[in-house]
Amino acid sequence: MAVTKVEVRSGAYYDSVVLMQLQRSLAALPGVLDAGVVMGTDANKDVLAQSDLLTPEAQAAGADDLVIVVRAEDEAVAQSALDQVDELIAARRRGGVEEEYFPKSLESAAEMMPDARWVLISVAGRYAAGVARDALRLDKHVFLYSDNVSLEDEISLKQTAAEKGLLVMGPDCGTAIVNGVGLGFANGVRRGPIGVVAAAGTGLQQVTSRIHQLGSGITCGLGTGGRDLSEEVGAVTIRQGLDLLSRDPETKVIVLVSKPPAPKVAEEVLRAARRAGKPVVVEFIGYSAPARQLDNLHFAATLDEAAELAVQLAASPPAAEPAADLNLERFAPGQRYLRGLFSGGTLAYEAQLILKGYLPGVYSNAPLDKSYRLANSLVSQAHTIVDLGEDEFTVGRLHPMMDNDLRIRRLYQEADDPEVAVVMLDVVLGYGAHPDPASELAPAIAKARAQAEEAGRYLEVAVVVTGTDEDPQDLNAQIQQLKDAGAWVETSNEAMVRYVGRLVRALDQAANPPPAETMKPVDLDVLHQPLAAINVGLESFTESLKAQGAPVIQVDWRPPAGGDEKLMAILERMKKK
Amino acid sequence: MDIEKANAEATERMMEARPVLVGLAKAREVIPGMRDNLLLHAGPPITWKRASGPMRGAITGALIFEGKAKNEAEAQALVESGEIELEPCHHHQAVGPMAGLIAPSMSVYIIENKTHGNRSFSNLNEGYGKVLRYGAYSEDVLERLRWMEEVMAPLLADAIEASGGVDVRALLAEALHMGDEGHNRNKAGSLIYTKSLAPHIAKVAKSPDVAAEVIRFLGDNALSVLNPVMAACKAMADAAHGIEGSTIVSVMARNGTDFGIRVSGLGDRWFTGPAGIPKGLWFPGFTEEDASPDLGDSTITETAGIGGFAMAAAPAIVTFVSGTPKDALNATLEMYEITYAEHKYFTIPPLDFRGTPTGIDIRKVVEKGITPRVNTGVAHKEAGVGQVGAGLVRPPMSIFQEALVAFAEEYGI
Repeated sequence: MAVTKVEVRSGAYYDSVVLMQLQRSLAALPGVLDAGVVMGTDANKDVLAQSDLLTPEAQAAGADDLVIVVRAEDEAVAQSALDQVDELIAARRRGGVEEEYFPKSLESAAEMMPDARWVLISVAGRYAAGVARDALRLDKHVFLYSDNVSLEDEISLKQTAAEKGLLVMGPDCGTAIVNGVGLGFANGVRRGPIGVVAAAGTGLQQVTSRIHQLGSGITCGLGTGGRDLSEEVGAVTIRQGLDLLSRDPETKVIVLVSKPPAPKVAEEVLRAARRAGKPVVVEFIGYSAPARQLDNLHFAATLDEAAELAVQLAASPPAAEPAADLNLERFAPGQRYLRGLFSGGTLAYEAQLILKGYLPGVYSNAPLDKSYRLANSLVSQAHTIVDLGEDEFTVGRLHPMMDNDLRIRRLYQEADDPEVAVVMLDVVLGYGAHPDPASELAPAIAKARAQAEEAGRYLEVAVVVTGTDEDPQDLNAQIQQLKDAGAWVETSNEAMVRYVGRLVRALDQAANPPPAETMKPVDLDVLHQPLAAINVGLESFTESLKAQGAPVIQVDWRPPAGGDEKLMAILERMKKK
Repeated sequence: MDIEKANAEATERMMEARPVLVGLAKAREVIPGMRDNLLLHAGPPITWKRASGPMRGAITGALIFEGKAKNEAEAQALVESGEIELEPCHHHQAVGPMAGLIAPSMSVYIIENKTHGNRSFSNLNEGYGKVLRYGAYSEDVLERLRWMEEVMAPLLADAIEASGGVDVRALLAEALHMGDEGHNRNKAGSLIYTKSLAPHIAKVAKSPDVAAEVIRFLGDNALSVLNPVMAACKAMADAAHGIEGSTIVSVMARNGTDFGIRVSGLGDRWFTGPAGIPKGLWFPGFTEEDASPDLGDSTITETAGIGGFAMAAAPAIVTFVSGTPKDALNATLEMYEITYAEHKYFTIPPLDFRGTPTGIDIRKVVEKGITPRVNTGVAHKEAGVGQVGAGLVRPPMSIFQEALVAFAEEYGI
């Protein structure tokens, strides 16, 4: 038998929604059949009447009275329900856990945290490029953890970023450390004088960890994503990173880490690294470096060695190499090529190897790379090194170590070429060689130089003399004769080639200054302003930034237009309009 | 075409519109296109066949009020024969809450936008309980309507004239600082409204008894100001309509069957989809089972940047959004995601006086998968019962998607 019980509380005002909530809680109690909680207005009494809840007590209530009616299975249940009213109202007042607002889009997050300069993206690959584009539109740097981003998207994102002076680290970039804060996966590395740019995530972690273990530290560790050094992408982010670190006064040494880049890109990156104006440790894992050191470039063979080298260089910076002693003004405009006329095959080969660090390519009749084979061994082109000891030259004549005739004729030929700036020669002494090669070569060198001078040019002739003072020709006498003829003489092939390499590279740069950079420089502030970020994707990244004390805002991200391709395409076109 | 520029212009016009309540007159005399055999209703166009219970009830009640029918069967015959025509309020610069019925002989508020010159109209609010707008048409409902028409309307007309007009934008701005959101909570606004008119009512009334009766009716009804507010929102939204290249929503309305929107840059075309059942709180004895699908032109408030969009200003009714005042803030924060502007004149104290989210952008709705949130009353699904609860509802996403595709076609995107 159902029982209806009423409680009327005079002068207790509650907003109607609070009352409706209370009523819902009462009705949900076990054994309660229906409940009504209203202020006793006439309209509300009508409502109670409709549900058969309008008892005489309720009917008597006034507009300022709170009326609580419960219909239950029996008296006890009804009374117990009424007894719980205060508890239920109090429970409501205490409320639940307050939930923070998570913005639903990058745009709103950016409005909520205008200082955030970075956007971390780790959503599914097919949406990642779209989010990254939105981030660039908002002038934010991007840490793009997502993989499966198409190459076309990577190219266009990085191009847009470069035009705006923004960084896109990634796609597939697992780690970075910016202003002391690790993004993605990163180690706790102390601050110090070394800046790292890496196209290899664990490579960056290994190098920065070793730097820390060796007692030094980093200014920052920038990631680029593994495809950055492909020919298609063209190392945009690596070059931006190099440029940024070369301008950063706190970075004393730069470390460059990557898997072996595309050859053309390697050349461009190394050229950029040479312009850094500070030591750059290069670790292209598995790359055969032309030398351990080329000017400011230091090549490491392993990640560990890269870290050690960087720490050493930061501790005792090498003196800057003077460029002034090259006396470039001696040369006439247009003089820029080197010609090497070697009698020794190994010396010619080593010269080409060393020059790889200075020049994009050297032609030869015995080239390192087939694409640089001379079309005609008798005619030099651009930078050329000829091994005159090759069979093609020795058919029917003596080897050039014994017969200087062919070399001298070729020397005059090269001296006549207005584009030639330097001629390299080797003079090999010893038993069995020509008894006095300088006696023939020195006058020829003097004549060739005079010939050039008459034509208004300066011809540098560099000579390496291989021999000892116990040789029958007497090393010192040979050197003296050659120097008297105006030659630059060394006894180390490497020393001669490096001198020539520097000289020719400097002439080349003077003639062809590097093209004006189309990239807008990235503002140095990015390395020094406290890092604040917007995270789109993996919540663990937000947690780790919070743990590092960096302000971060998590976006409650959903695929645009619910992932509907047609609508997404329309929206993207509208953004471009 | 520059969408950003078009939207900036549309929202600027919406915000700069200054709606002022300037008068009250019979619908037949002032609403453009109104005629003796026409009934206006809420939402997009509807036929008797597709009309919901409360809509049919309200049509019946209106025809009884007009002396054209005696019961639902007669009303149905009149409408189905075409003798009586149905058209949306929105086709006539008007709006009405819930069923939104406006019959030729009913009095309507006249709002004039002093900035751009356009006018808009809305009927008078009957109060809570069993009322025509919820589809009730019993004798007491009709009795009240007749009293409103014969006693209150002439007095209000004179009082409004004597007051020199009520600036509804200013009234709303103030009410938002007093705990109203302008759609489901209009307690403060209704008191301000009553306060503004009371001296003039007292002055123009023929007898103090009538004056007292009318002032009490206005003051007791926490929804008195809802209808002038809706008309004001209509005037603001109309000012933003018809801007070439704009993706801003200029109408949201429901007829109990369909939820419809119009877009500023897409002319008078409706995009419609099924109206949802609100999630909410139920009056004693009712459940979701009893609820009619969403109904009414009152979503013009959200269209103009208040109502559910200004939830953060109305912590007293947070239960509609499930709980705490923080949830109310979150509700408003979410709406910033899909709006183009922040209102210059409507501000929210708990958000450090940030402007309300204003100007729904269909691009953002579709991209982010967030539909506008609407605070609403809920009607019983059967004609004649009335209100059964109140709560939160959202329009179907499909209508925004269709509008976006239509926009792309229209503008060759």
